Amino acid sequence: MADVTIEQLADDMFELVSSSAGQKKLKAGDLTKAMKEKYGDVPRADTKAAIKSLIDSGRCVYGYFGGSSIEMPRVEGSANE
Amino acid sequence: MADDLKTPLLDELEKGPWPSFVTDIKSCADKSEMCRDLLGQLEKSYEDKRGYWKHGGLVGVMGYGGGVIGRYSALPEEFPGVSHFHTVRVNQPSGWFYTTSALREILDIWEEHGSGLTNMHGSTGDMVLLGTRTEELEPIFRALTEKGWDLGGSGSDLRTPSCCVGPARCENACFDTLAVTYDLTKSYQDELHRPMFNYKYKIKASGCPNDCTAAIARSDMGLIGIWKDDIKVDQAKFAEFVDKGMDIQGAVVDLCPTSCISVDGKEITIDNSNCVKCMHCINRLPGALAVGDDKGFAVTLGAKAPIVEGALFGSVIIPFMKCEDNDFEELHDLIERIWEFWDEYGTARERIGEFIERISLATFLEGVGLEASPKMVKAPRDNPYIFYEEYYEEEGASASEE
Repeated sequence: MADVTIEQLADDMFELVSSSAGQKKLKAGDLTKAMKEKYGDVPRADTKAAIKSLIDSGRCVYGYFGGSSIEMPRVEGSANE
Repeated sequence: MADDLKTPLLDELEKGPWPSFVTDIKSCADKSEMCRDLLGQLEKSYEDKRGYWKHGGLVGVMGYGGGVIGRYSALPEEFPGVSHFHTVRVNQPSGWFYTTSALREILDIWEEHGSGLTNMHGSTGDMVLLGTRTEELEPIFRALTEKGWDLGGSGSDLRTPSCCVGPARCENACFDTLAVTYDLTKSYQDELHRPMFNYKYKIKASGCPNDCTAAIARSDMGLIGIWKDDIKVDQAKFAEFVDKGMDIQGAVVDLCPTSCISVDGKEITIDNSNCVKCMHCINRLPGALAVGDDKGFAVTLGAKAPIVEGALFGSVIIPFMKCEDNDFEELHDLIERIWEFWDEYGTARERIGEFIERISLATFLEGVGLEASPKMVKAPRDNPYIFYEEYYEEEGASASEE
Protein backbone atom coordinates (compact mmCIF):
# COMPACT_ATOMS: atom_id res chain seq x y z
CA MET A 1 0.00 0.00 0.00
CA ALA A 2 1.26 3.46 -0.88
CA ASP A 3 1.97 5.83 1.97
CA VAL A 4 -0.65 8.50 1.39
CA THR A 5 -1.93 11.16 3.75
CA ILE A 6 -5.54 12.02 4.34
CA GLU A 7 -4.89 15.49 2.91
CA GLN A 8 -3.56 13.93 -0.29
CA LEU A 9 -6.60 11.65 -0.52
CA ALA A 10 -8.87 14.66 -0.02
CA ASP A 11 -7.07 16.60 -2.75
CA ASP A 12 -7.33 13.67 -5.15
CA MET A 13 -10.99 13.22 -4.36
CA PHE A 14 -11.60 16.94 -4.88
CA GLU A 15 -9.95 16.72 -8.27
CA LEU A 16 -12.23 13.83 -9.21
CA VAL A 17 -15.37 15.64 -8.06
CA SER A 18 -14.45 18.90 -9.76
CA SER A 19 -13.51 17.23 -13.03
CA SER A 20 -16.76 15.22 -13.03
CA ALA A 21 -18.98 18.21 -12.23
CA GLY A 22 -21.85 18.47 -14.66
CA GLN A 23 -21.07 15.06 -16.15
CA LYS A 24 -21.28 12.43 -13.45
CA LYS A 25 -22.43 12.46 -9.85
CA LEU A 26 -19.90 10.64 -7.72
CA LYS A 27 -20.90 8.75 -4.59
CA ALA A 28 -18.72 8.33 -1.54
CA GLY A 29 -18.16 4.74 -2.69
CA ASP A 30 -16.94 5.90 -6.10
CA LEU A 31 -14.33 8.12 -4.47
CA THR A 32 -13.25 5.35 -2.13
CA LYS A 33 -12.87 2.87 -5.00
CA ALA A 34 -10.92 5.41 -7.06
CA MET A 35 -8.46 5.90 -4.19
CA LYS A 36 -8.04 2.15 -3.84
CA GLU A 37 -7.30 1.87 -7.53
CA LYS A 38 -4.76 4.64 -7.31
CA TYR A 39 -3.04 3.78 -4.05
CA GLY A 40 -3.84 0.16 -3.35
CA ASP A 41 -5.54 -0.97 -0.18
CA VAL A 42 -6.21 2.39 1.49
CA PRO A 43 -7.82 1.93 4.93
CA ARG A 44 -11.52 2.68 4.91
CA ALA A 45 -11.06 4.96 7.90
CA ASP A 46 -8.70 7.12 5.85
CA THR A 47 -11.06 7.50 2.90
CA LYS A 48 -13.87 8.33 5.32
CA ALA A 49 -11.68 10.93 6.99
CA ALA A 50 -10.74 12.41 3.62
CA ILE A 51 -14.40 12.76 2.61
CA LYS A 52 -15.17 14.26 6.00
CA SER A 53 -12.47 16.87 5.54
CA LEU A 54 -13.73 17.70 2.04
CA ILE A 55 -17.24 18.29 3.36
CA ASP A 56 -16.33 20.01 6.63
CA SER A 57 -14.00 22.42 4.82
CA GLY A 58 -16.81 23.37 2.44
CA ARG A 59 -14.83 22.38 -0.65
CA CYS A 60 -17.58 19.88 -1.48
CA VAL A 61 -21.17 19.35 -0.41
CA TYR A 62 -23.52 16.40 -0.25
CA GLY A 63 -26.26 16.29 -2.84
CA TYR A 64 -29.29 14.08 -3.21
CA PHE A 65 -30.93 13.30 -6.52
CA GLY A 66 -32.29 9.78 -6.14
CA GLY A 67 -29.12 8.71 -4.34
CA SER A 68 -26.59 10.74 -2.37
CA SER A 69 -23.52 12.13 -4.07
CA ILE A 70 -20.59 14.42 -3.35
CA GLU A 71 -20.62 17.56 -5.42
CA MET A 72 -19.14 20.98 -5.93
CA PRO A 73 -20.92 23.75 -4.02
CA ARG A 74 -23.25 25.66 -6.30
CA VAL A 75 -26.67 27.22 -6.47
CA GLU A 76 -28.93 24.53 -7.83
CA GLY A 77 -31.31 25.21 -10.66
CA SER A 78 -34.44 24.53 -8.65
CA ALA A 79 -33.56 26.99 -5.87
CA ASN A 80 -35.82 30.02 -5.47
CA GLU A 81 -34.51 33.40 -4.33
CA MET B 1 -58.64 30.79 8.80
CA ALA B 2 -59.04 34.01 6.82
CA ASP B 3 -62.23 33.94 4.76
CA ASP B 4 -60.62 35.10 1.51
CA LEU B 5 -58.77 31.79 1.04
CA LYS B 6 -61.16 29.36 -0.59
CA THR B 7 -60.20 25.68 -0.58
CA PRO B 8 -63.26 23.71 -1.71
CA LEU B 9 -61.30 20.62 -2.74
CA LEU B 10 -59.23 20.49 0.43
CA ASP B 11 -62.44 21.00 2.43
CA GLU B 12 -63.59 17.61 1.16
CA LEU B 13 -60.75 16.05 3.12
CA GLU B 14 -62.23 17.35 6.36
CA LYS B 15 -65.56 15.61 5.89
CA GLY B 16 -64.62 12.06 6.84
CA PRO B 17 -64.63 10.66 10.38
CA TRP B 18 -60.86 10.89 10.75
CA PRO B 19 -58.60 13.72 11.89
CA SER B 20 -57.65 15.82 8.90
CA PHE B 21 -54.29 17.38 8.14
CA VAL B 22 -56.22 20.10 6.31
CA THR B 23 -57.93 21.13 9.55
CA ASP B 24 -54.56 21.21 11.29
CA ILE B 25 -52.98 23.41 8.64
CA LYS B 26 -56.00 25.71 8.60
CA SER B 27 -55.68 26.20 12.35
CA CYS B 28 -52.26 27.75 11.73
CA ALA B 29 -53.11 29.69 8.57
CA ASP B 30 -54.06 32.94 10.30
CA LYS B 31 -50.70 33.33 11.99
CA SER B 32 -48.41 31.81 9.37
CA GLU B 33 -48.04 32.89 5.77
CA MET B 34 -46.26 29.61 5.14
CA CYS B 35 -49.28 27.58 6.25
CA ARG B 36 -51.66 29.82 4.33
CA ASP B 37 -49.71 29.51 1.11
CA LEU B 38 -49.29 25.78 1.67
CA LEU B 39 -53.08 25.46 1.61
CA GLY B 40 -53.25 27.67 -1.46
CA GLN B 41 -50.65 25.71 -3.40
CA LEU B 42 -52.17 22.38 -2.39
CA GLU B 43 -55.63 23.50 -3.49
CA LYS B 44 -54.17 24.57 -6.84
CA SER B 45 -52.47 21.19 -7.18
CA TYR B 46 -55.79 19.46 -6.67
CA GLU B 47 -57.49 21.77 -9.16
CA ASP B 48 -54.81 21.29 -11.80
CA LYS B 49 -54.10 17.64 -10.96
CA ARG B 50 -50.35 18.17 -10.75
CA GLY B 51 -47.77 18.83 -8.09
CA TYR B 52 -45.98 22.16 -7.74
CA TRP B 53 -42.99 21.16 -5.65
CA LYS B 54 -39.41 21.22 -6.88
CA HIS B 55 -36.75 19.04 -5.33
CA GLY B 56 -33.86 20.77 -3.57
CA GLY B 57 -30.96 18.35 -3.77
CA LEU B 58 -28.24 20.49 -2.23
CA VAL B 59 -30.08 21.79 0.79
CA GLY B 60 -28.67 20.83 4.18
CA VAL B 61 -26.60 21.87 7.14
CA MET B 62 -22.82 22.11 7.20
CA GLY B 63 -21.12 18.74 7.45
CA TYR B 64 -24.27 16.64 7.22
CA GLY B 65 -25.52 14.88 4.12
CA GLY B 66 -28.84 13.89 5.64
CA GLY B 67 -31.60 15.20 7.84
CA VAL B 68 -32.94 17.88 5.50
CA ILE B 69 -35.15 17.27 2.49
CA GLY B 70 -35.17 20.27 0.18
CA ARG B 71 -38.39 21.54 -1.38
CA TYR B 72 -39.09 24.69 -3.37
CA SER B 73 -42.38 25.89 -4.76
CA ALA B 74 -42.65 25.94 -8.53
CA LEU B 75 -44.97 28.93 -8.11
CA PRO B 76 -42.99 31.23 -5.80
CA GLU B 77 -44.61 34.45 -7.04
CA GLU B 78 -48.10 33.13 -6.45
CA PHE B 79 -47.26 31.43 -3.15
CA PRO B 80 -44.25 33.25 -1.68
CA GLY B 81 -44.81 31.74 1.76
CA VAL B 82 -43.78 28.33 0.47
CA SER B 83 -41.09 29.53 -1.93
CA HIS B 84 -38.83 27.43 0.30
CA PHE B 85 -40.50 24.58 2.17
CA HIS B 86 -37.74 22.28 3.39
CA THR B 87 -38.36 19.39 5.75
CA VAL B 88 -36.14 18.73 8.76
CA ARG B 89 -35.91 15.26 10.26
CA VAL B 90 -35.07 15.13 13.95
CA ASN B 91 -33.72 11.93 15.48
CA GLN B 92 -36.43 10.66 17.79
CA PRO B 93 -35.68 9.16 21.19
CA SER B 94 -35.72 5.35 21.34
CA GLY B 95 -39.28 4.11 21.65
CA TRP B 96 -40.65 7.63 21.06
CA PHE B 97 -40.65 8.50 24.74
CA TYR B 98 -40.89 12.24 25.28
CA THR B 99 -41.53 14.51 28.19
CA THR B 100 -43.95 17.33 27.49
CA SER B 101 -41.16 19.82 28.13
CA ALA B 102 -39.03 18.12 25.46
CA LEU B 103 -41.88 18.42 22.98
CA ARG B 104 -42.37 22.09 23.87
CA GLU B 105 -38.67 22.62 23.35
CA ILE B 106 -38.88 21.23 19.81
CA LEU B 107 -42.06 23.11 18.98
CA ASP B 108 -40.72 26.42 20.28
CA ILE B 109 -37.67 26.06 18.04
CA TRP B 110 -39.84 25.10 15.12
CA GLU B 111 -42.34 27.93 15.54
CA GLU B 112 -39.47 30.40 15.68
CA HIS B 113 -37.65 29.06 12.62
CA GLY B 114 -40.22 27.14 10.58
CA SER B 115 -43.88 26.71 9.76
CA GLY B 116 -44.77 25.13 13.10
CA LEU B 117 -46.20 22.12 11.25
CA THR B 118 -44.98 18.68 12.28
CA ASN B 119 -45.49 15.08 11.33
CA MET B 120 -45.18 12.80 14.33
CA HIS B 121 -43.69 10.57 13.11
CA GLY B 122 -42.30 9.86 9.66
CA SER B 123 -42.14 6.28 8.43
CA THR B 124 -38.51 5.97 9.50
CA GLY B 125 -39.49 7.15 12.94
CA ASP B 126 -38.05 10.65 13.02
CA MET B 127 -39.90 13.71 14.15
CA VAL B 128 -40.60 15.46 10.87
CA LEU B 129 -40.66 19.26 10.92
CA LEU B 130 -42.40 20.46 7.78
CA GLY B 131 -41.52 23.70 6.05
CA THR B 132 -38.69 26.13 6.53
CA ARG B 133 -36.41 28.38 4.53
CA THR B 134 -32.81 27.67 3.54
CA GLU B 135 -31.42 30.49 5.70
CA GLU B 136 -33.18 29.06 8.76
CA LEU B 137 -31.55 25.63 8.52
CA GLU B 138 -28.33 26.44 10.34
CA PRO B 139 -30.12 28.35 13.13
CA ILE B 140 -32.53 25.43 13.57
CA PHE B 141 -29.67 22.95 13.66
CA ARG B 142 -27.80 25.09 16.19
CA ALA B 143 -30.90 25.49 18.40
CA LEU B 144 -31.65 21.77 18.29
CA THR B 145 -28.11 20.63 19.06
CA GLU B 146 -27.78 23.15 21.90
CA LYS B 147 -30.71 21.33 23.51
CA GLY B 148 -29.21 17.91 22.88
CA TRP B 149 -31.18 16.97 19.78
CA ASP B 150 -29.72 15.85 16.48
CA LEU B 151 -30.90 15.45 12.92
CA GLY B 152 -31.95 12.06 11.61
CA GLY B 153 -30.89 10.28 8.47
CA SER B 154 -31.91 10.79 4.86
CA GLY B 155 -30.40 9.95 1.51
CA SER B 156 -28.02 7.04 0.99
CA ASP B 157 -27.14 6.67 4.64
CA LEU B 158 -28.06 4.76 7.74
CA ARG B 159 -31.57 5.96 8.43
CA THR B 160 -32.44 6.84 11.98
CA PRO B 161 -32.66 3.51 13.83
CA SER B 162 -36.04 3.03 15.48
CA CYS B 163 -37.63 0.59 17.87
CA CYS B 164 -40.76 -0.33 19.77
CA VAL B 165 -41.23 0.61 23.43
CA GLY B 166 -39.50 -2.65 24.34
CA PRO B 167 -38.92 -3.60 27.96
CA ALA B 168 -39.83 -0.09 29.10
CA ARG B 169 -43.50 -0.87 28.76
CA CYS B 170 -43.96 -4.32 27.30
CA GLU B 171 -43.66 -7.67 29.02
CA ASN B 172 -43.21 -9.42 25.67
CA ALA B 173 -39.86 -7.78 24.94
CA CYS B 174 -37.25 -10.47 24.33
CA PHE B 175 -34.37 -8.01 24.24
CA ASP B 176 -33.70 -4.39 25.08
CA THR B 177 -34.81 -2.66 21.90
CA LEU B 178 -34.21 0.77 23.42
CA ALA B 179 -30.63 -0.04 24.32
CA VAL B 180 -29.77 -1.49 20.94
CA THR B 181 -31.28 1.49 19.13
CA TYR B 182 -29.40 3.94 21.31
CA ASP B 183 -26.21 1.94 20.86
CA LEU B 184 -26.50 1.78 17.07
CA THR B 185 -27.37 5.46 16.82
CA LYS B 186 -24.35 6.46 18.89
CA SER B 187 -21.98 3.95 17.30
CA TYR B 188 -22.78 4.82 13.70
CA GLN B 189 -22.99 8.61 13.73
CA ASP B 190 -20.84 8.90 10.60
CA GLU B 191 -22.98 6.42 8.72
CA LEU B 192 -26.11 8.28 9.85
CA HIS B 193 -25.02 11.78 8.92
CA ARG B 194 -22.59 11.24 6.06
CA PRO B 195 -24.16 9.25 3.22
CA MET B 196 -21.68 6.59 2.18
CA PHE B 197 -23.82 3.69 1.05
CA ASN B 198 -25.25 2.61 -2.28
CA TYR B 199 -28.66 3.57 -0.98
CA LYS B 200 -30.60 3.88 2.25
CA TYR B 201 -30.23 1.35 5.07
CA LYS B 202 -32.97 1.14 7.68
CA ILE B 203 -32.69 -0.69 10.99
CA LYS B 204 -35.73 -1.34 13.14
CA ALA B 205 -35.91 -3.27 16.40
CA SER B 206 -39.06 -5.00 17.61
CA GLY B 207 -38.98 -6.71 20.97
CA CYS B 208 -41.12 -9.71 20.01
CA PRO B 209 -42.77 -11.29 16.96
CA ASN B 210 -45.72 -8.88 17.28
CA ASP B 211 -43.22 -6.66 15.47
CA CYS B 212 -44.71 -3.30 16.39
CA THR B 213 -42.20 -1.46 14.20
CA ALA B 214 -43.07 -3.67 11.20
CA ALA B 215 -39.35 -4.45 10.91
CA ILE B 216 -40.01 -7.56 8.86
CA ALA B 217 -41.60 -5.48 6.11
CA ARG B 218 -40.10 -2.03 6.41
CA SER B 219 -36.47 -2.28 7.39
CA ASP B 220 -33.41 -3.35 5.46
CA MET B 221 -32.26 -4.91 8.71
CA GLY B 222 -34.85 -6.00 11.24
CA LEU B 223 -34.07 -7.13 14.77
CA ILE B 224 -37.05 -9.07 16.00
CA GLY B 225 -37.24 -10.53 19.48
CA ILE B 226 -37.74 -14.28 19.74
CA TRP B 227 -37.38 -17.00 22.32
CA LYS B 228 -36.31 -20.59 21.89
CA ASP B 229 -37.89 -22.45 24.77
CA ASP B 230 -41.49 -22.99 25.83
CA ILE B 231 -44.26 -20.46 26.32
CA LYS B 232 -44.62 -19.89 30.06
CA VAL B 233 -48.00 -20.80 31.48
CA ASP B 234 -49.62 -19.55 34.68
CA GLN B 235 -52.58 -21.90 35.11
CA ALA B 236 -54.12 -19.88 37.98
CA LYS B 237 -54.22 -16.74 35.82
CA PHE B 238 -55.59 -18.78 32.94
CA ALA B 239 -58.39 -20.01 35.19
CA GLU B 240 -59.30 -16.38 35.89
CA PHE B 241 -59.90 -15.81 32.17
CA VAL B 242 -62.17 -18.87 32.11
CA ASP B 243 -64.01 -17.68 35.21
CA LYS B 244 -64.60 -14.29 33.60
CA GLY B 245 -66.39 -16.03 30.75
CA MET B 246 -63.87 -15.48 27.99
CA ASP B 247 -64.56 -17.55 24.87
CA ILE B 248 -61.25 -19.40 25.05
CA GLN B 249 -62.21 -21.84 22.29
CA GLY B 250 -63.25 -19.18 19.81
CA ALA B 251 -60.77 -16.46 20.69
CA VAL B 252 -57.67 -18.53 21.30
CA VAL B 253 -57.81 -22.26 20.55
CA ASP B 254 -59.54 -22.07 17.17
CA LEU B 255 -57.29 -19.24 16.03
CA CYS B 256 -54.02 -20.99 16.79
CA PRO B 257 -52.41 -21.38 13.34
CA THR B 258 -50.91 -24.77 14.17
CA SER B 259 -53.70 -26.06 16.43
CA CYS B 260 -51.22 -26.68 19.19
CA ILE B 261 -53.42 -25.50 22.08
CA SER B 262 -55.88 -27.64 23.98
CA VAL B 263 -58.01 -26.70 26.96
CA ASP B 264 -59.49 -29.01 29.53
CA GLY B 265 -61.74 -27.11 31.88
CA LYS B 266 -59.55 -24.47 33.47
CA GLU B 267 -56.27 -25.91 32.30
CA ILE B 268 -54.46 -24.97 29.13
CA THR B 269 -51.86 -27.15 27.40
CA ILE B 270 -49.55 -26.00 24.64
CA ASP B 271 -47.71 -28.39 22.37
CA ASN B 272 -44.62 -26.20 22.12
CA SER B 273 -43.02 -28.51 19.59
CA ASN B 274 -45.66 -27.36 17.10
CA CYS B 275 -45.98 -23.74 18.23
CA VAL B 276 -44.76 -21.17 15.69
CA LYS B 277 -44.71 -18.36 18.25
CA CYS B 278 -47.25 -16.26 16.39
CA MET B 279 -48.00 -14.42 19.67
CA HIS B 280 -51.79 -14.68 19.27
CA CYS B 281 -52.45 -16.69 22.45
CA ILE B 282 -50.00 -14.60 24.46
CA ASN B 283 -51.68 -11.41 23.25
CA ARG B 284 -55.13 -12.71 24.16
CA LEU B 285 -54.16 -14.12 27.56
CA PRO B 286 -51.76 -11.59 29.08
CA GLY B 287 -50.42 -12.79 32.40
CA ALA B 288 -51.57 -16.35 31.83
CA LEU B 289 -49.17 -16.94 28.96
CA ALA B 290 -45.79 -15.32 28.45
CA VAL B 291 -42.76 -15.54 26.23
CA GLY B 292 -40.10 -18.04 27.31
CA ASP B 293 -36.86 -17.49 29.19
CA ASP B 294 -34.26 -18.21 26.50
CA LYS B 295 -34.64 -14.87 24.76
CA GLY B 296 -32.75 -13.04 22.03
CA PHE B 297 -33.52 -11.72 18.58
CA ALA B 298 -33.55 -12.84 14.98
CA VAL B 299 -31.97 -10.68 12.31
CA THR B 300 -33.87 -10.23 9.07
CA LEU B 301 -32.44 -8.62 6.01
CA GLY B 302 -33.77 -7.11 2.83
CA ALA B 303 -37.25 -5.67 3.40
CA LYS B 304 -38.17 -2.58 1.47
CA ALA B 305 -41.07 -0.66 -0.01
CA PRO B 306 -41.57 -0.58 -3.80
CA ILE B 307 -39.52 2.47 -4.76
CA VAL B 308 -36.97 1.48 -7.40
CA GLU B 309 -38.03 -2.17 -7.64
CA GLY B 310 -40.84 -4.15 -6.05
CA ALA B 311 -41.50 -4.53 -2.34
CA LEU B 312 -39.61 -7.21 -0.45
CA PHE B 313 -40.05 -8.86 2.92
CA GLY B 314 -37.05 -9.46 5.11
CA SER B 315 -35.47 -12.91 5.20
CA VAL B 316 -33.94 -14.43 8.30
CA ILE B 317 -30.17 -14.40 8.13
CA ILE B 318 -29.41 -14.79 11.82
CA PRO B 319 -32.06 -17.03 13.37
CA PHE B 320 -31.06 -16.23 16.92
CA MET B 321 -28.61 -13.84 18.51
CA LYS B 322 -28.13 -13.35 22.23
CA CYS B 323 -27.00 -10.03 23.63
CA GLU B 324 -26.22 -10.58 27.29
CA ASP B 325 -25.80 -7.38 29.30
CA ASN B 326 -26.55 -5.33 26.21
CA ASP B 327 -23.25 -6.23 24.63
CA PHE B 328 -23.87 -5.62 20.94
CA GLU B 329 -20.39 -6.38 19.65
CA GLU B 330 -21.55 -9.43 17.67
CA LEU B 331 -24.25 -7.31 16.04
CA HIS B 332 -21.78 -4.55 15.21
CA ASP B 333 -19.48 -7.09 13.61
CA LEU B 334 -22.31 -8.45 11.49
CA ILE B 335 -23.52 -5.01 10.42
CA GLU B 336 -20.04 -3.89 9.41
CA ARG B 337 -19.38 -7.04 7.37
CA ILE B 338 -22.68 -6.56 5.57
CA TRP B 339 -21.97 -2.90 4.84
CA GLU B 340 -18.49 -3.62 3.59
CA PHE B 341 -19.65 -6.34 1.19
CA TRP B 342 -22.65 -4.34 -0.05
CA ASP B 343 -20.47 -1.26 -0.45
CA GLU B 344 -17.96 -3.19 -2.54
CA TYR B 345 -20.33 -5.06 -4.85
CA GLY B 346 -23.67 -3.25 -4.71
CA THR B 347 -24.75 -0.85 -7.43
CA ALA B 348 -26.14 2.68 -7.17
CA ARG B 349 -29.59 2.83 -5.57
CA GLU B 350 -29.55 -0.90 -4.87
CA ARG B 351 -31.06 -1.79 -1.50
CA ILE B 352 -29.56 -4.67 0.41
CA GLY B 353 -32.58 -6.89 -0.40
CA GLU B 354 -32.22 -6.24 -4.10
CA PHE B 355 -28.50 -6.85 -3.85
CA ILE B 356 -29.11 -10.27 -2.30
CA GLU B 357 -31.70 -11.08 -4.96
CA ARG B 358 -29.22 -10.17 -7.68
CA ILE B 359 -26.18 -12.04 -6.42
CA SER B 360 -28.08 -14.88 -4.66
CA LEU B 361 -28.32 -15.57 -0.96
CA ALA B 362 -25.58 -18.20 -1.14
CA THR B 363 -23.09 -15.70 -2.59
CA PHE B 364 -24.14 -13.08 -0.09
CA LEU B 365 -23.69 -15.42 2.88
CA GLU B 366 -20.27 -16.39 1.65
CA GLY B 367 -19.39 -12.74 1.16
CA VAL B 368 -20.29 -11.77 4.70
CA GLY B 369 -18.88 -14.93 6.24
CA LEU B 370 -22.04 -16.69 7.38
CA GLU B 371 -22.72 -20.42 7.21
CA ALA B 372 -25.90 -21.26 5.33
CA SER B 373 -28.55 -22.85 7.50
CA PRO B 374 -32.07 -24.19 6.96
CA LYS B 375 -33.16 -21.81 9.70
CA MET B 376 -32.58 -18.88 7.35
CA VAL B 377 -36.20 -18.75 6.29
CA LYS B 378 -36.82 -16.65 3.19
CA ALA B 379 -39.38 -13.90 3.73
CA PRO B 380 -41.29 -15.50 6.64
CA ARG B 381 -44.88 -14.42 6.43
CA ASP B 382 -45.33 -12.87 9.82
CA ASN B 383 -42.59 -13.77 12.25
CA PRO B 384 -39.08 -15.12 12.13
CA TYR B 385 -39.74 -18.21 14.22
CA ILE B 386 -37.35 -21.11 13.82
CA PHE B 387 -37.68 -24.55 15.34
CA TYR B 388 -34.93 -25.24 17.81
CA GLU B 389 -34.37 -28.92 18.17
CA GLU B 390 -32.34 -28.65 21.36
CA TYR B 391 -35.59 -27.92 23.15
CA TYR B 392 -37.52 -30.73 21.52
CA GLU B 393 -35.26 -33.72 21.40
CA GLU B 394 -37.92 -35.93 22.82
CA GLU B 395 -41.60 -35.59 22.30
CA GLY B 396 -43.21 -33.53 25.03
CA ALA B 397 -39.98 -32.88 26.88
CA SER B 398 -37.77 -29.83 26.80
CA ALA B 399 -34.11 -30.59 26.51
CA SER B 400 -31.44 -28.68 28.34
CA GLU B 401 -30.33 -25.28 27.14
CA GLU B 402 -27.47 -24.88 24.75
